[in-house]
Amino acid sequence: MEKRAIFSSKLLPYLLLAPQLAITLIFFYWPASQAVKESFYIQDAFGTTSDFVGFDNYKSLFEDPYYFHAMGVTAVFAAVVTAASLSIALLLAVQADRVVRGATVYRTLLVWPYAVAPAVAGVLWVFLFQPSLGILAHALQRMGYDWNPTLNGGQALALVMVAAVWKQISYNFLFFLAGLQSIPKSLIEAAAIDGAHRARRFWTIVFPLLSPTTFFLVVVNIVYVFFDTFGIIDSVTGGGPAKATETLVYKVYQDGKLGADLGGSNAQSVILMIIVIALTSIQFRYVERKVTY
Amino acid sequence: MVENRRFGNLLPHLVLIAGAIVVAFPVYVAIVASTLDAETISNGHMSLLPGSHLIENYARVLFEGTGSTTKAHVSDMLLNSLVSALIIAVGKIAISILSAYAIVYFRFPLRGVAFWLIFLTLMFPVEVRIYPTYKIVSDLHMLDSYAGMSIPLIASATATLLFRQFFMTVPDELLEAAKIDAAGPYKFFRDVLLPLSRTNLAALFVILFLYGWNQYLWPLLITTRDDMQTIVIGIKKIVDTQDALTEWQLAMATAVLAMLPPVAVVVFMQKLFVKGLVETEK
Repeated sequence: MEKRAIFSSKLLPYLLLAPQLAITLIFFYWPASQAVKESFYIQDAFGTTSDFVGFDNYKSLFEDPYYFHAMGVTAVFAAVVTAASLSIALLLAVQADRVVRGATVYRTLLVWPYAVAPAVAGVLWVFLFQPSLGILAHALQRMGYDWNPTLNGGQALALVMVAAVWKQISYNFLFFLAGLQSIPKSLIEAAAIDGAHRARRFWTIVFPLLSPTTFFLVVVNIVYVFFDTFGIIDSVTGGGPAKATETLVYKVYQDGKLGADLGGSNAQSVILMIIVIALTSIQFRYVERKVTY
Repeated sequence: MVENRRFGNLLPHLVLIAGAIVVAFPVYVAIVASTLDAETISNGHMSLLPGSHLIENYARVLFEGTGSTTKAHVSDMLLNSLVSALIIAVGKIAISILSAYAIVYFRFPLRGVAFWLIFLTLMFPVEVRIYPTYKIVSDLHMLDSYAGMSIPLIASATATLLFRQFFMTVPDELLEAAKIDAAGPYKFFRDVLLPLSRTNLAALFVILFLYGWNQYLWPLLITTRDDMQTIVIGIKKIVDTQDALTEWQLAMATAVLAMLPPVAVVVFMQKLFVKGLVETEK
C-alpha cells in the first residue's frame, strides 16, 4: 500500500530518518556485528590481545555441559510458564467475558501486575518464600514440606516460575478477553439452540476461534521467558543454587561478567540472535495470516 | 447471554474475585511488611495486619538510606527512574514519528533499505548484544549518565511501524487539500498529522513509560555510581546485604514505591494502556 499524495523533497526525508538510523547503526547493528566477529576470537583477560580461533568458541560451547543445562532450564521454564499463565489467563478471561456487571472493575483488578518490573516482582515473591521468615514458606514448612530454595535447585526454579507466571497473567488475560469479545455472539447462540451445552460450546466453537490469539500468545510468552525474566532470575536466585535457574540469557550475562569469557559469551549471543530471528519470523508470519483470516 | 441461571451468573464472579485476591496477595503482604518493625518480620511471625511504622520506614528509605550495599536515598532513585523513563518514552516517540513520516510521505532512494534497517532491530534485543553494546557506550564515555541509560534504548521498530500504519489510514485528500493551501511538510506535520495522532501518541507514551521505568539489565550494566541508580536496581541492592540481615521492612517499602508510579499509570490511564498494548503488538 502506497500513498498517492506525497511531498517532493530531496534532503528532508534523510534528515527525518537520521536520528533513528544513527541510533540503530551505533547501538544495534555495530554491536551485533561485533558480537558475531568476536565470537570467532579469543581475548586474554586484559583485552590486550585477541586471536582468531575460527569456530572454537562454538565448539567449546557445545562441549560445555552447563550450556546444555541452561538450554534445558530455559526450555522447561518456557514450557511451564507459557502453559500455566495461558491456562489461568484463559480461565479468568472466559469468566470476565461472561459477567455483565463489573467487567471493567475486574479488568482493572487483574491487569495491574503488568506494570510491575520483573525484578520487583521477584523481590515480592522472595519475601513470601524466604525460608526463615516468609509467610508462605512457613505455611509449606508447617505442612511438613522441607522448603529451602536457597539450597534446593528444583524449588528455586519453581519459585522463579511462580513469579514469572504471576507477572504474565495480566498480559495474556487482556489479549484473551479481546479475542473472546470479538467472537460473534450469533455463533454461540446458534450452537445453544442446537442443544450444545456451555463446555461443548467452548471446546468446539470458542476455543478454535481463539486459536490465532492463543498461537500469538504462545510465541510472545516464549520470548518473554527467554528475555524478560532476566530481572526475576537476578533478584530471586542469581542463577543459583548451582546454576539451577541459569537460563541462556542469564548465562550470557554471567560468562561475560568481568570479561571472564567474552568469546564464549559472544558465541552464545549469536546463537540467541538466531533464536530471536526465528521466533520473530514466526510471529510475523502469524500476523500476515491474521490479515487474510 | 444464552443461559440465565442464578448459580451460573454467580460462579464467574467467584472465580474472578479469587483470581484478583491471589494476584493482589504478594503486594498486600509487601504493603503490610512496609509498616512493621524489623523484629516483627525477622522473628518470622508477621501478621497480615498493618503495623504502626509506616511513616518511619518510608521516611527512612526516602531520605536517609539503608544499611545495605547501596547508600543512595530512594528519593534520588525515584528521580533517576523518572528522568530516564521520560527520556526513553519521549525519545522513542519523537524519532519514530519522524522516521514514519519520512517513509510514508516521501519517495527517495534507499527508502526500502531504511525501512528494513529499522524493522530488523526487532531481532536484536539488548539481551543478545549485552557486552558489545556496553563497550560502545563506555567508549563514548556515556557510562553513569542519563544519556547512556536511555539513548541506546530509544530506537524503536514497533513505534515506527505503529505510526507508519496509522499514517497509511490518513486520507490522501488531507495532504492534497493542505498542498492547495500551500502548506509545506513542516506545516502539514504540525497542523494535520500531529493532532490526528494524539490518541496514538498518548497510548504509546503509556506503554513506553512502563518499558522505561521497568528497565533492569541495561541500567544494571552501565551504572556503577550509587547516585545514578534507578529504583528497580536499587531495590535488589537493598535486599542483597553482604553480611548483615536484610532489612525487609525497608526493602518492601522500596518495592511499594517502585511499583506505585507504573501501577498508577496503568490503573488511571487504563483505556490508553490497553489501546497501546494491543496496537504495538499488531
